[in-house]
Amino acid sequence: MSGNASFVYSDALLNYHFHSDHPFNQKRVQMTKELLEAAHQLDQTDIIPPRKATEQELALFHDPQFIEAVKQASNGELSETTAAKYGLGTEDTPIFENMHEASSLLVGGTLTAVDAVLEKRSTHSLHLGGGLHHGFKQKASGFCIYNDGAVAIKYIRQHYNLKVLYVDTDAHHGDGVQWAFYDDPNVCTFSIHETGRYLFPGTGNVNERGIKAGHGYSFNIPIDAFTQDESFLHVYESAFREITAFFQPDIIITQNGADAHFHDPLTHLSASMQIYERIPQLAHELAHTYCEGRWVALGGGGYDIWRVVPRAWAQVWNVMRYGVPKSGSLPLSWLKKWQKSAPVTLPRTWQDQSDTLPNIPRKADIQEKNDKMLQVALKYTKGRTKT
Amino acid sequence: MLVEEIMKTDVVTLPPNAPIKEALHLLQTHRIRHIPIVNTKKQVIGIVSDRDVRDASPSIFDTTSDNSALSNEIQTIMSKPVVTVHPLDLVEEIASIFYDEEFASLPVVQNNQLVGIVTEKDMLYTLIQLTGTHVQSSHIEVKVPHRPGILPEVTAIFGKRKTNIVSVLIYPYKDDPNFKILVFRIQTMNPLPVIQDLKKAGYELMWPNNVEDNV
Repeated sequence: MSGNASFVYSDALLNYHFHSDHPFNQKRVQMTKELLEAAHQLDQTDIIPPRKATEQELALFHDPQFIEAVKQASNGELSETTAAKYGLGTEDTPIFENMHEASSLLVGGTLTAVDAVLEKRSTHSLHLGGGLHHGFKQKASGFCIYNDGAVAIKYIRQHYNLKVLYVDTDAHHGDGVQWAFYDDPNVCTFSIHETGRYLFPGTGNVNERGIKAGHGYSFNIPIDAFTQDESFLHVYESAFREITAFFQPDIIITQNGADAHFHDPLTHLSASMQIYERIPQLAHELAHTYCEGRWVALGGGGYDIWRVVPRAWAQVWNVMRYGVPKSGSLPLSWLKKWQKSAPVTLPRTWQDQSDTLPNIPRKADIQEKNDKMLQVALKYTKGRTKT
Repeated sequence: MLVEEIMKTDVVTLPPNAPIKEALHLLQTHRIRHIPIVNTKKQVIGIVSDRDVRDASPSIFDTTSDNSALSNEIQTIMSKPVVTVHPLDLVEEIASIFYDEEFASLPVVQNNQLVGIVTEKDMLYTLIQLTGTHVQSSHIEVKVPHRPGILPEVTAIFGKRKTNIVSVLIYPYKDDPNFKILVFRIQTMNPLPVIQDLKKAGYELMWPNNVEDNV
């Protein structure tokens, strides 16, 4: 059932770069691409270059004043006070030269992926430079300037009038995309994330279900800190299947943040590579069942760029392109190249070795709490499945 | 924070001689639970709750009733005297009134005239604002010795990192009077540098930042 797939990439995506100490580092995208090439999983013919989003396209979601502020910041012409109003120049989203251009390319990359799928040039498309789900209408936040997912969904609604299911497995709540479509019954958002009790942004409660006509089309499953594979996948699989059956989407967009791993420094979840094999497999299956295969996958968070992100994201492509994740050893040439700059020892296999997994004493309690969240999140879809 | 900052000034009221059914109608259309009863000088002389009105209504199983009970005047069932508050009272004070008196609505009276109303829900909303959970933030809890000067010492660490603090709460550490828990909500997705600085300065962090192998 594997359809053909495209991989959006150009080195220019790496220009989205705050500064060398910032945890958000797009070198991840390059490392993933090179890992796939070294493993002979990615061919030059699979790659399509991202285009730049136009200002009109950005304005499908963002306020023109905000776009103007980013453009000024891009040229170093934005005052500190105005910048603060738009969430720019903060520790999370510092100003950098040409940030408007770099951010527009990132949004354009997601539009490139959307066009590839909807103009039927490929069944699936992957843009790992995208997935910046914290960007707001008129505010940058949480490492995100423009919100490519939100712009792309507006774009799909306007140009293709399709029903969009957005699935966000980043460890942080996909707040920017959720609020963008909170009142829209044609866009269903589903985010599974570490509870906001401790973690940024703090939202994503199970009772955030949408408003007005959009009520019932926003799903959130906050899971407990230190959740491991089994519970994560149970919650993900049950909810994703049920929500898709209920909503009957025309296209699925996944945000594949890779920060729920136990190595990730920013979050407290304790998953292993196992979830990053299963997450795309289910998206792939459901896209074929409900959407004639239409599936656009994006990147997102992921702050252990050495041990976690390249493997996790490469598996999204492996599943998208070949239907199955890779296993066994990582290519030596890739390890050799990147080990030189890595401050940690790179893993040598696609899977995590079982002796490296953390031992979580409260596992049973965590599982029980997560199951309860799942029940509450889905309580209105039971028996309401559309036909 | 003062009551006048959170009270609603658009209050639904009734005169004492209004029929009970009018109260029933107002409770339903405005989706409220309390109606202050005021005289012609806007003085609060009583209050009725949805439960008072329901007690006065015939049972839904009583199909023979002609609902004549609902024609009685509202003053026959209103509660009095009424506990009221002043616009310049503190929100904390009304929280203890709600807790002690076990009711959920307080008319606000100034110069002996009704000027507003505060409900338990308004107060909870205010508490949500105070905790800072309504804005994007990360949450950090620090256990500190209970002594003067500790708060500026800890907050200086956030200041050095230019981390904006959304809210600070201080609460007791279990039953130990020698310690306090400081709860910070900070406006960043990357609390790591601050967490590391706090640890380096010798402060004890609470769950989930006290689990070593995760960092």
